[in-house]
Amino acid sequence: MKIAITSIGQQLSDRHDPRFGRCDYFLIYDSEKGLQKAIRNKGQDASGGAGIAAAQQIVDEKVHVVLTGNMGPNAFNLMKEAGIKVYQCNAASCAEALELYQNEKLTELTQPGPSHHGMN
Amino acid sequence: MNIAILSGKGGTGKTTVAVNLAQILQANYIDCDVEEPNGFIFLKPTVQKSEQVKVKYPVIDKDRCNLCGKCVQVCQFNALFNSGKGILTLEKLCHSCEACGIVCKEEAIQFADREIGSIEEGQSANLKCFRGILNVGEPMAVPVIKQLLAAAPAGLNLLDCPPGTSCNAVSALQYADAAVLVTEPSVFGFHDLKMAIKLVQGFNLPFGIVLNKWSPEGSSYKEYLDKENIKILGFIPNTREIAEEYSKGNTLNEIPEINKVFSDIAREITEVFKCN
Repeated sequence: MKIAITSIGQQLSDRHDPRFGRCDYFLIYDSEKGLQKAIRNKGQDASGGAGIAAAQQIVDEKVHVVLTGNMGPNAFNLMKEAGIKVYQCNAASCAEALELYQNEKLTELTQPGPSHHGMN
Repeated sequence: MNIAILSGKGGTGKTTVAVNLAQILQANYIDCDVEEPNGFIFLKPTVQKSEQVKVKYPVIDKDRCNLCGKCVQVCQFNALFNSGKGILTLEKLCHSCEACGIVCKEEAIQFADREIGSIEEGQSANLKCFRGILNVGEPMAVPVIKQLLAAAPAGLNLLDCPPGTSCNAVSALQYADAAVLVTEPSVFGFHDLKMAIKLVQGFNLPFGIVLNKWSPEGSSYKEYLDKENIKILGFIPNTREIAEEYSKGNTLNEIPEINKVFSDIAREITEVFKCN
């Protein structure tokens, strides 16, 4: 199973980014093979529709689960549409986020956060 | 001739200057601040004509679409999304460029219209008044501004512009032959005025400044303009009487000393921009 974690860096030891559409990187973690890669979030440079650009990358990577702090309404609906589960997480590091998920300590995001929240 | 009234900072008095000058110059008043058009509050025209503003957006034919995703890649505005099961359209992000339709080899994309606002035309005494209205919740004002100004009548038009120096102000300025920049003696007002000055200089437009809410404490701002050799068209004093009349939705030409101020500004404009 593939898990995407929003991150400010390219390693599991880096800080977990609570933003989805405007995060720096997505860490793509395979539950059997470990950390596969870090992909730069194209949504970060988007003038508008950042969450959509980010969501498209997640779908293209064939990810099953996303670990992030919050998600705006557009991205939230698109994840739903694509059948990708989103778990809310406020861990300090990406490794910690992963551990919380693996120990079933995270809850699924059931409603979107406000729009344009990750702009700053 | 189109004279744009702009400011940079919002709330400096664009509409106040535009409606009062329209009365004195007997010019057509065109409210391009389509997100919050408020000039009609003061001029109170009877609206005689109204037309819709529509924009195009892509509609995907699911039977023809093979989910190749080329349309998603070409979209610069993230208005399309490939869920793997279908292409979704985020209408409000679409800029109607139709690039998706060009790259789709399956001919799965058609374009439909949706309404984002309207344009109104009315008459106030002997002034022709126009305004664009952007529907609530719509993010893109430019198509409304363009349709409004493309239909502007001949003669002298005062364009009451949107605040700021972004797309909305720029799209109104594309139709302008000269500009009146309204500012107030505040740090914020002057900061944004400098941006607005750069913008009109970028368009190579003749321009002048109206200093609104003027009091002698603002003399350092006047000194700056004098030093930069920027034409000052006039000063509107900061008085309670003006604020009271404004709050009642009245124009200010009933107040004799303010009428004189606007008449002087109007004369300066006529001389400097050689209109009328």
